[in-house]
Amino acid sequence: MTEKLLLTGNEAVALGAWEAGLVFASAYPGTPSTEILENLAGYGGVYSEWAPNEKVAVEAAAGASMAGVRSLATMKHVGLNVAADPLFTFSYTGVTGGCVIVVADDPGMHSSQNEQDNRHYARAAKLLMLEPSDSQEAKEFTKLAFELSERFDTPVLLRLTTRICHSKGIVTRGERGEVAPLPYAKNIEKFVMTPANARVRRVDMAGREKGELHYANREAAASGVHTVIRAAGGESGKIGVVSAGVAYQYARDVFGDTASYLKLGVTYPMPLELIREFAADVDTLYVIEELDPYMETQIRAAGIACTGKSVIPEIGELNSDIVRRAVFGTEPETVKPSIASVPRPPSLCAGCPHRGFFYGLSKRKDVIITGDIGCYTLGSAPPLSAIDSCLCMGGSVSMGHGAAKAVALTGSGEKVVAVIGDSTFFHSGVTSLMNVAYNGSNVVTVIMDNRITAMTGQQQNPGTGSTLMGGEAPLVDIPALVVSLGIKQENIHIINPLMLGEVNAALDAAFAANEPAVIITRWPCVLKSYSAADTAEFGAARSVCVIDQEKCTRCRLCTKTGCPAIVSSDAVEILGASCTGCTVCMQVCAFGAITLEGR
Amino acid sequence: MNEKNAKAILLVGVGGQGTILASKILSEGFVSAGYDVKMSEIHGMSQRGGSVSTQIRFGTDVHSPIIGEGEAGVIVAFEKMEALRWLEYLRPGGRIIVNDYEIPSVPILLGAAKYPAGILAELSAKADALVIDAARIAEELGNARAMNIVLLGAAVRAMQSDGLADIDWRAIIEKNVKPAFLELNLRAFDAGFSA
Repeated sequence: MTEKLLLTGNEAVALGAWEAGLVFASAYPGTPSTEILENLAGYGGVYSEWAPNEKVAVEAAAGASMAGVRSLATMKHVGLNVAADPLFTFSYTGVTGGCVIVVADDPGMHSSQNEQDNRHYARAAKLLMLEPSDSQEAKEFTKLAFELSERFDTPVLLRLTTRICHSKGIVTRGERGEVAPLPYAKNIEKFVMTPANARVRRVDMAGREKGELHYANREAAASGVHTVIRAAGGESGKIGVVSAGVAYQYARDVFGDTASYLKLGVTYPMPLELIREFAADVDTLYVIEELDPYMETQIRAAGIACTGKSVIPEIGELNSDIVRRAVFGTEPETVKPSIASVPRPPSLCAGCPHRGFFYGLSKRKDVIITGDIGCYTLGSAPPLSAIDSCLCMGGSVSMGHGAAKAVALTGSGEKVVAVIGDSTFFHSGVTSLMNVAYNGSNVVTVIMDNRITAMTGQQQNPGTGSTLMGGEAPLVDIPALVVSLGIKQENIHIINPLMLGEVNAALDAAFAANEPAVIITRWPCVLKSYSAADTAEFGAARSVCVIDQEKCTRCRLCTKTGCPAIVSSDAVEILGASCTGCTVCMQVCAFGAITLEGR
Repeated sequence: MNEKNAKAILLVGVGGQGTILASKILSEGFVSAGYDVKMSEIHGMSQRGGSVSTQIRFGTDVHSPIIGEGEAGVIVAFEKMEALRWLEYLRPGGRIIVNDYEIPSVPILLGAAKYPAGILAELSAKADALVIDAARIAEELGNARAMNIVLLGAAVRAMQSDGLADIDWRAIIEKNVKPAFLELNLRAFDAGFSA
């Protein structure tokens, strides 16, 4: 009997890649894609690594493919923007070993800064695209993607969404099929994209697309990559539904057994002939898709009448309720509470090293604070409110540069602070800081080095000394890197961000410099499992802060740190179970009412 | 409408309470019982002290991995205010198991809002509510952190009619917890089951 496993889509992609004989995998962590590589790292026979960013990951996968092995790169949706440069030309060169690029969209922005629909990338870069609708398909389509990559000589895009990545479903386990590496064959016309060679490859791509289109229209239906379900039709005539991905599952719940379904597994190129045949057999055709009218636009352009975004929302994540309400106007019967609940927004953890720095920064007047992508974006929330912008990975430093130049040019006088995490700095902040130094802006760049990639769940990075597979690695020396980028040694301040005196002294010095300055806050994430080096540098002891209720004046200044361990009701108390003894509240208290237990 | 074959259970709580582990064990139980199962959870920024939910649908052939409003036959709330927040997902007449446990959210900590009063009475008036002091039970067993498994035991009890009573829960729990915590978790499960 085949073993049945309950796997998330991410776990299933990892299993599928392993079964497909994958040899090389690279990724930058990003919700909801992160667990693919974390799972792969546990399989034998596959080498997997965290790259500093998604562009590096795709280029590395392209190189491994060119050298003859099956390779994989995974990322969240916005990661493909970073990797778009290699992506478009990789489509021209094609592959040697099969190469699959997994991209995970986040409809509803559960953990993202936008909800871009990456299916447009497949069309723009002319990349064969597969979209699984559950965990079993996530595994099967991953394996298929490697075969199609080699057959059509193209990287293949496997597009997931949050609900595919993070939903568990039943998956049957298979065996790993080893694929012999192909010997390296120098092929300048194929891999060197000079204009002369690229023009030839561009024409070759058109031929490849014809083959892919035939596959999408015919073979994919015959082999069950597309699912076709024919129903007899109900009283309201024959309803047909074209869908793909998780949206298909919502459609199945809403339309039930009375509708016919064409669930597409291949969504680039779009199998319009197949859709035309399906549509001819139904009276009403619905296109049920999440986010943009990607399929609908192409179906309409082919002259096939359908109903899609005129009823189905284009913004946000779908679910069965939304589809049902949109199509049939029916509301579910529910239990309505008569008491309102209070929102529970995420917050910086108790003991988070960012809190001390943000508290100090929040007291400064006339500052522009550009922020970045990571836990520290939560520094924008009240009561700290110490982040003014968050655009993209690495954007804080470049935006800070532009803002500082604008301030200097207009004479408006604000100080500009750019806040970026260690992993984000390695990802794409380094070139931005190079620009600050080269073009000379008075930005204070704050590298919040919490010794790990925290937001996505504690991944290693070039600053931590370890790799994804547990090996030792050289550490990036951030102060030395900053010096070599052109920041003067005297303008670099390395501090413990939990010590408010150090925070204030560093801000004073950096603001006084009137030239590019860098503050490096160095303290581990409170959730980090300390390495031996961490324990040696930061100590292992954790304690608890307590409030002496006789000394406490209920001024509630300590609550302005936004610490979730401090409860403010009639009295102010510290939750012993949450407190780590970081002492930020103790330093803030003007009455000496807070002490560290046992000291 | 067409979900005749799929039933649903919703587990809600606050990041760090162990809802995901409890949901994982429960889902594996449904697989052992021979059901098709889908379970959905949200990771990332929402976990930093935010509201967390995991949704399980089971039946002969499950399509959507996420449940709709008014669909959950059972809600297990690891925290009182989360029970209130997710109440609209309960099927009218459904059972809600609620941990008598408060975790104030940031607006409450800051004094900008008050933790709602009268939640348990509201739940009892609107649904078939079972209130459990899982923290106290787990603490008496030796570790307050095991309250997630106490609540799991109560959930399994509530779903006995779905064929969950005859599952080898011991084996599934053993697979999912560290050996050092196995006995504690088994006792927590039993305590929740008989609560």
